[in-house]
Amino acid sequence: MKPSALTYHRPESIAAVCDVLARLGHEAKVLAGGQSLIPMLSMRLAAPANLIDINMLPEQDGISIDRHGVTFRALVRHSALLADDDAHQAQPLLRRALQLVAHPTIRNRGTTVGSIVHSDPAAEMPAVLGLLGGTVRAQSQRGIREIAATDFFLGPLECGLAEDEIAVAVTVPRRAPNEGSAIDEIARRHGDYAVAGVAAQVRIVDGVLSTATACYVSAGELGTPMDFTEVLRGVDPADADDSRWNAAGDLARDTIETETDIHASSSYRSQLVAALTARVLHEAARDALRNAAARTQRPDGDAEPRADSGAEPREDSDTEPREDSDTEPRPDSGAVSQSADDSASASNATGRSGTTGGTR
Amino acid sequence: MAGKTTEQTLAELYEETGEQHLAVTLTFNKVPQTILVPSRTLASDAIRHYLRKTGTHVGCEHGVCGACTILLNGEPVRSCLLLAASLHGQDVTTVEGLADPDGTLHPVQQAFVECHGLQCGFCTPGFVTTIAAYLEKNDSPTRAEATEAISGNLCRCTGYQNIKAAVLRAAEIRRERAGLSPLGGDDELAALSLDDKVRGNTAPVGGKGDRT
Repeated sequence: MKPSALTYHRPESIAAVCDVLARLGHEAKVLAGGQSLIPMLSMRLAAPANLIDINMLPEQDGISIDRHGVTFRALVRHSALLADDDAHQAQPLLRRALQLVAHPTIRNRGTTVGSIVHSDPAAEMPAVLGLLGGTVRAQSQRGIREIAATDFFLGPLECGLAEDEIAVAVTVPRRAPNEGSAIDEIARRHGDYAVAGVAAQVRIVDGVLSTATACYVSAGELGTPMDFTEVLRGVDPADADDSRWNAAGDLARDTIETETDIHASSSYRSQLVAALTARVLHEAARDALRNAAARTQRPDGDAEPRADSGAEPREDSDTEPREDSDTEPRPDSGAVSQSADDSASASNATGRSGTTGGTR
Repeated sequence: MAGKTTEQTLAELYEETGEQHLAVTLTFNKVPQTILVPSRTLASDAIRHYLRKTGTHVGCEHGVCGACTILLNGEPVRSCLLLAASLHGQDVTTVEGLADPDGTLHPVQQAFVECHGLQCGFCTPGFVTTIAAYLEKNDSPTRAEATEAISGNLCRCTGYQNIKAAVLRAAEIRRERAGLSPLGGDDELAALSLDDKVRGNTAPVGGKGDRT
């Protein structure tokens, strides 16, 4: 359980990183957090002759938020992104998903960009990037290019970076006023790899569902969202008894491929996929209602949600949102259609569907 | 090594072993240290074999068990998921570095003694470092938060009850040492009702957790 011999590089600029990558190509791996890479080295599942440590590049650390979305650089640790209230307000699915990524001690070191580049089908962040239709910024001596999530995930542990490229940042789109999202998973121990997990995003128009997509963890195709719009179009987000939630779950079970391993059989995973799909899509719909309601309650509706949402991490934990949302949706649904009629937010929503093309 | 520069020594080590060696300079339990290690060395091995502090335990060696948890610039991290090279220029604290110079145990260590959180002791260094860092961020955890705080560490005695109690007790000890009410600053009535003669210095643990 020790890594094989390797040459360690500690470049002092991103240009120097690109030089080493251009010279060594597939013989080198970039080391950021190393929370997936080091165990692979220790078990000798990977034995690169060279490691390029980018931890000495402070300019590769930082989270920025603009009208397009949240951009986090290569050295942003999971824990930093999770704790960032501005990022949470711009795209709440980030924090909700990061709470499921490993344990706090791992999150202190592991980087979110690294997790995406690692492209592990059992990891949450590739599913989130695929679901939201984000982009990965790759840099090499040849220049900088943006890779859409749809083109980024090639297969398990295989991403779309060329061998001389390093991922320097990832951008996920801002949440639109009529969007809602949710994520949940079943793991043997909270923080362990999920036996199965689902992240979902929905849009509501005139108080009913207009689009719904979901992306899977430890099931289906890595980072590739599945479209549930056909099944769920027109469903009242507040109606938990609508049979179409379960129909969506059935569709997922019949469509999503699952595998058997030592932790779970394929048929058990498929049952989880069905149950989680129905649950998470419904939770995403209720989240959309809350999102719309929070914005219409504020006079400066299109600005940011309630001031108290900075204290949200605990509200976001497993049980609570469901409890408080049970009492909420009905009275709010009137307000939701108002917000959708509001031309400003409607045009905003249209503009967004272009940028999130990846989610279809 | 008299008369030789670090570079010369590293070059000789490369000649001898055929693999790259690095000089890693770090602040280790408040003392500056430099070690020369093969570049593939894990931080956990560097601490045990080169810095000669064996309090950091190596369990699963792939990040699952948490026995090797150390504090890197005050943040708990898995030393088995770090290269020794990553410690260069950093501030590292292991379980040996937690007690005061005069030997006074860290509140978490004291709480483990009082609550029998040690049990067989193998997982203890990881728990102690994890909890010590956690209490810096949340000085009065609830029982549920105490559970979450230790969720990344495994105890093969399955002794989580005593360890959980130790988290809450450690929070009390920190408050006591700071001259505050051990039950928390928000609880004045409880503070008034505390009688040291009755209570002694081993209070029932988990007081705050049960109330919230």
